[in-house]
Amino acid sequence: MSNNKRPIVEKESVVVKFVGDSGDGMQLSGSVFSDSAALAGNDLATFPDFPAEIRAPQNTVAGVSGFQVHMGSEKIFTTGDLVDVLVSMNPASLKANLKWAKKGATILVDTDAFDEKSIEKAGYKKNPLDDNSLESYRMIKAPITAMTKECLKDSGIDNKTAERSKNMFALGILYFIFNRDTSLAFKYFEERFKKNPKIVEINKIVIQAGYNYAETVEALESVIHVGPAKMAKGRYRNITGNIATAWGLLAAAEKSGRPLFLGSYPITPATEILMELSKHKSLGAKVFQAEDEIAGICSAIGASYTGSLACTTTSGPGLSLKSEAIGLALITELPLVIVDVQRGGPSTGLPTKSEQSDLMQALFGRNGEGPIIIIAASTPDDCFYKAYMAAKLSMEHMTPAILLTDGYLGFGSALFRIPKVKDLPAIKPPIAVANDKEYKPYKRNAETLVREWALPGTEGLRHRIGGLEKENITGVVSMDPMNHQVMVDLRAAKVEKIADFIPEQEIDGNKKGDLLVVSWGGTFGAVHSAVKLAQAEGKSISHAHFSYISPLPKNTEKVLKSFKKIVVCELNSGQFVNYLRMKFPMPNISQFNKVQGLPFMINELTDKFNQILEEK
Amino acid sequence: MDFVNTTIERSTVQLSKADFESDQMVKWCAGCGAHAILAAVERVFPKIGYRKENFCMISGIGCSSRFPYYVNTYGIHGIHGRAAAISTGVKIANPRLSVWMATGDGDSLAIGGNHFIHVIRRNVDINILLFNNQIYGLTKGQYSPTTPMGKVTKTSPQGTIEHPFNVGELVMGAQGTFYARVPDNNITMMTEAMFEAAKHDGTSVIEIMQNCIIFADKAHNDVIGKEHKDENMLLVKNGQPMIWGKNNEMGLVLKNTMLDVVEIGKNGVTLDDILIHDAYNPDPGIHLMLAKLAPPHFPMVFGVIRAAMFPTYDDMVEEQIKYAKETSPIKNVDDLLNSGDVWDIK
Repeated sequence: MSNNKRPIVEKESVVVKFVGDSGDGMQLSGSVFSDSAALAGNDLATFPDFPAEIRAPQNTVAGVSGFQVHMGSEKIFTTGDLVDVLVSMNPASLKANLKWAKKGATILVDTDAFDEKSIEKAGYKKNPLDDNSLESYRMIKAPITAMTKECLKDSGIDNKTAERSKNMFALGILYFIFNRDTSLAFKYFEERFKKNPKIVEINKIVIQAGYNYAETVEALESVIHVGPAKMAKGRYRNITGNIATAWGLLAAAEKSGRPLFLGSYPITPATEILMELSKHKSLGAKVFQAEDEIAGICSAIGASYTGSLACTTTSGPGLSLKSEAIGLALITELPLVIVDVQRGGPSTGLPTKSEQSDLMQALFGRNGEGPIIIIAASTPDDCFYKAYMAAKLSMEHMTPAILLTDGYLGFGSALFRIPKVKDLPAIKPPIAVANDKEYKPYKRNAETLVREWALPGTEGLRHRIGGLEKENITGVVSMDPMNHQVMVDLRAAKVEKIADFIPEQEIDGNKKGDLLVVSWGGTFGAVHSAVKLAQAEGKSISHAHFSYISPLPKNTEKVLKSFKKIVVCELNSGQFVNYLRMKFPMPNISQFNKVQGLPFMINELTDKFNQILEEK
Repeated sequence: MDFVNTTIERSTVQLSKADFESDQMVKWCAGCGAHAILAAVERVFPKIGYRKENFCMISGIGCSSRFPYYVNTYGIHGIHGRAAAISTGVKIANPRLSVWMATGDGDSLAIGGNHFIHVIRRNVDINILLFNNQIYGLTKGQYSPTTPMGKVTKTSPQGTIEHPFNVGELVMGAQGTFYARVPDNNITMMTEAMFEAAKHDGTSVIEIMQNCIIFADKAHNDVIGKEHKDENMLLVKNGQPMIWGKNNEMGLVLKNTMLDVVEIGKNGVTLDDILIHDAYNPDPGIHLMLAKLAPPHFPMVFGVIRAAMFPTYDDMVEEQIKYAKETSPIKNVDDLLNSGDVWDIK
């Protein structure tokens, strides 16, 4: 219920972050809160921020877990740079996250958690709640643990269980702050815990107690309202990039009539795709958790040979291990989707952080001349469509495709307007017909240069393929120098021709002007938002965000040549920019890079754009 | 000749060797043991009786791994060490195929060791022909994981200082359900083992003691050579006593917890005292002991040493899918997309 009598402040968008110790239930608080925001009609994006360790030492900065929600009455493109409302359940989480709070942000803390030991473990010399270090924030200091235990004292549960519900007390306070109906939160529990009414009851009590407490807090002189966003009609759900990727592959399998096979090995941040597909055996998905990354991709190659939509999912270190096998898939000209959920590298690097530093590896990380399809997803929901397109193009053009997403996309969520499978583009793999007397393993479609997919078991099409160079058309092993040249050229031309089957590169803004901002993959939200701000200031600036990287859209050169200056923004040391320089040598391409395992901040992008525009 | 496996479609016509002969020139050295293995495969495939289009031959890298090019089936010549992983994918994706894997001691026991043990552990229904010539042939004569310790090769000029793998021991250590050992100079023994492997549901490993005439010539000669085989080879047959010798006068008995050699007719030993081979025993204890026997004190054991029945990975995959399809409310991707928390904006 919501019976706020405080003045209401309208906001177009707000960033809320729940932070606490790994065991404090911050992911759940964030999920309930974002679920309610979605039901209230907000557009939103979420991102969980958790440590690489499962349970780092309690109450240390290393053990801080967080969940960020960016919700708005306007279209939301990022998970938000700085936080408007911070919910901090212990000193360590405050210490680790204060730098992300806007000046004047609302900070809710559980004062009960600020005991001497926890303060010291967090690395504070004295209690930050007692000195004047937090003066510039709107502090709500609440004894959350004590009040949680108090409100549950008659519920018949033990103290420890009661204490674990403190995240829900904090959540109740937030529902007051955001003038949200607590019934939205109740609904979350009612739907999920139908079989356990006790859990539903306890959570309801605590959330309502938190809400009621907030009504008494004088520091809350006003509450915030974020109205519903204008969104296209349709059915929606909240989805993370990894789930969207898994579902995109399932959709492509159904549409193409090719059964889905996934051969994968667990690796952060890609594992959720493997786990998700494991759940969908009812759709015929065959999921093989292999003994290593190499077995993952090699089993997929075997499955592809038999006619499956074969996929393998991984992150950077795993992509390194799969390199040789990608070469096998490309020389045998078999379809194969390799999903690389990029993380910080090199080596083990930053497993739970995001980067775009696998692009060069995806493009060139193979022995020999090895062009393949490379596609990048822009947003969590876009992962669905790009996974679908990777599968479609790979099967229709009989060559492997790498889909690049990243940890932020994979773990982050966005609202997804649910499509109907019948509205997705058709997928028509070139399956060879039985007893075709003309069949040859490397006979090609004259227009697309694609060979046919002859499935074992089919009468009259027995043939062998393999990693040795093959004679064009016949597929017989050949060491002939001129044939090798022909095959190298054909494999490259086949991939290049895919440009005829992908959309032209779009420009957001004027088609020519002073500055073109180029980006690709998971940086879409931040770069788009920054360009919009600069455009609103009247600057001559446009944005080209690339999803198709190999081959590039046909009009890429024309797009680039329509601007006086170009800046390529990416979360690496300049991989896409150097690819573009190699393809289209031009003196006016500059770059803006960041390799900190963090996304771009909008203001650092706008600063850069302004600097470039001012330069003579 | 009864086949338990009904998943794989059988040929309606009688096939012959000619149905599996490839039009490619066989490029193994003259005198290489692989020629005989090829002949055995071409002889046994028609006997197995599946449709010729249902055979699939997968290999890795090495001399052995050129095999798919030389037999007319569907096939993939893969990359080094990965044949077991590729085969696993083929079989899971299409259980209606009879999947055969040609590999060598380097391919499967060195670079591909991980895939080799895991395919065995999972009991994926594939048939592995492991050409054990105790040497790297295609790279011209470096020692392999089965090269006997002390052997001088191009990378061990003073002799190897590595303990070799015993293939049977490795297979059983990985919970293998089928292991046979055969010599490359006895085509009957090879075809019989291959036929049994085809019948076996699960991963079948056939270790073929193969001669590399160039880099490890006569490596197995002390056991399988004409002048030694009577004395040093014990061919086991299920349900039969384990005897060998020129006149089948030697036999194996269990003494305390160890195998021992006895001579029938001496010291009161009769044929009835000899151990009977039970290849189907789920317990691998005796199988492991048999696999490890070697001259000079024992014979080396050949034939199907182990053929135990355990559920296969690929069957269980199909069962789980069948169950999920019967019980899950999600029948298609539209169901999935619209499952759970969704809401309409009008």
